[in-house]
Amino acid sequence: MIDWSRAQFALTAMYHWLFVPLTLGLAVIMGLMETLYVITGKEFWKRTARFWMKLFGVNFAVGVATGLILEFQFGTNWSNYSWFVGDIFGAPLAIEGIVAFFMEATFVAVMFFGWNKVGKGFHLASTWLTGAGATISAWWILVANSWMQYPVGMEFNPDTVRNEMVDFLAVAFSPVAVNKFFHTVISSWILGAVFVVGVSAWFLLRKREHEFAVASMKVAAAVGLFASLVTAMTGDKSAYQVAQCQPMKLAAMEGLYDGGTRQPLTVVGEVKIPVLLSLLATRDVDGYVPGINDLLEGGYPLSDGTVAPSAADKMANGRKAIAALSDYREAKQAGDEARQAAARQVIDDNMKHFGYGYIDQPDDLVPNVWLTFWAFRVMVGLGVYFIAFFVLVLFLAWKRKLEEVNWLHYVALAGIPLAYLASQAGWIVAEVGRQPWTIQDLLPVSAAVSRLETGAVATTFFIFLVLFTVLLAAEVGIMVKAIQKGPESAD
Amino acid sequence: MITKRIVQVWEFYRDGFRSMTIGRTLWKLILIKLFIMFVILKLFFFPAFLKGKSTQEKQDYVGQELVSRLADENSLTN
Repeated sequence: MIDWSRAQFALTAMYHWLFVPLTLGLAVIMGLMETLYVITGKEFWKRTARFWMKLFGVNFAVGVATGLILEFQFGTNWSNYSWFVGDIFGAPLAIEGIVAFFMEATFVAVMFFGWNKVGKGFHLASTWLTGAGATISAWWILVANSWMQYPVGMEFNPDTVRNEMVDFLAVAFSPVAVNKFFHTVISSWILGAVFVVGVSAWFLLRKREHEFAVASMKVAAAVGLFASLVTAMTGDKSAYQVAQCQPMKLAAMEGLYDGGTRQPLTVVGEVKIPVLLSLLATRDVDGYVPGINDLLEGGYPLSDGTVAPSAADKMANGRKAIAALSDYREAKQAGDEARQAAARQVIDDNMKHFGYGYIDQPDDLVPNVWLTFWAFRVMVGLGVYFIAFFVLVLFLAWKRKLEEVNWLHYVALAGIPLAYLASQAGWIVAEVGRQPWTIQDLLPVSAAVSRLETGAVATTFFIFLVLFTVLLAAEVGIMVKAIQKGPESAD
Repeated sequence: MITKRIVQVWEFYRDGFRSMTIGRTLWKLILIKLFIMFVILKLFFFPAFLKGKSTQEKQDYVGQELVSRLADENSLTN
């Protein structure tokens, strides 16, 4: 039942994430193109911007609201989790819903209907604000996700059995949330850029719309290169944060079972870069990086000078906290305040390991190493590949040879599915790598899931599979039709 | 003045929708999708699990669940 619930959530999230990064990426590129139109006054840029806007519209329309299904699932499949996280998760999602609805609904209409009806400046502002609305929406979703990976700014209330927010700013601007926002959003620009370069290359292969295609490739490749470099930097920061907050995820990303100091970074197989993992994870070439076995057995030195507890110690602490929660509830019913206070103290003392109480065996704390390891390599490998790809496109544009190099057009077209693969791989690293936790250290999936019938969850899994596949087919069909039609005629 | 503004906004949207080409297909798709999501999926397949319980009952239910899962979590994995 847990596996079906997880599979359903993963399916929905992965389909939803097919639409989101293209929305975020195209928003920037079409915004830049319209900005060029407003600055230069050339109708060519207006025509170019309008074409990419049309594809943005298709993607936006098909993808809009698919994320809401994830919220349905929280209430149905993950009811213990939904109650336990309290307003911490609800607040960002509520803000996201309001911002998304008002900003996007207002400015999307002006963007699509407002040509020749509102001033150039107002229209341009609407285009950028449409993208800003989508980006701000992403911010709040990523705040909620980051809190699950790095829970801060809350206190557990045993009376309400909820985590209550005590510091909104700590939740909204946690270092993990800030970095995750930039990493996720700006990496989405890469996908948008690869999409624009790829579609433009298709026009060149078909010997159509040369000026439009070359100009689009230049703008997109510039955005793509910038985004790729920033994503590499935020990725480095992200890996450092994972090393501090979710060391088991880092160990899985590296397939590292036995850690130590001066650890090399595994490229693939036996190809390793000396001391790089220690440097990336601790900012010190002599830094200690724990492996999976170290994390389970404990006893290694932590950065604050203390010694890491073993998984068994944490499980014992978690069981104490859960038993104390039971005691607290009984004492409350009996009106025994002294016993209640004593139980509260035990809960507070052991709360940081609360979720470990639900873990049966230490091995249950290890995520799927194979999937996490390879997803990480796919993401990073393609990230490096895209840097080289965008440099090549810009170099050929500078040499005025973009139209001539036919093989590059095929490579560019093939890059579109690769960009989606990289984007999905990033989320696989983030989400598979943090298993078994819904909330890091506080609530594993086994305690978060609702008491449902397995058959019911399996049925809805297949309903979603059909629904999303139909939506995806519709998107691809409409998109291909719009691309084949090409930009509006110059006159 | 306000009425004039409202009329202008109405005409803006009306003309916009009328001039759509590919957008008409997209709007149909959006409406069908929202109907499936909110009328079929939400009502028949995704009722909130704790729906119908008072706040106190929800606290009691989840509190009991979190305590009892310690003992019987194996039953959920089957």
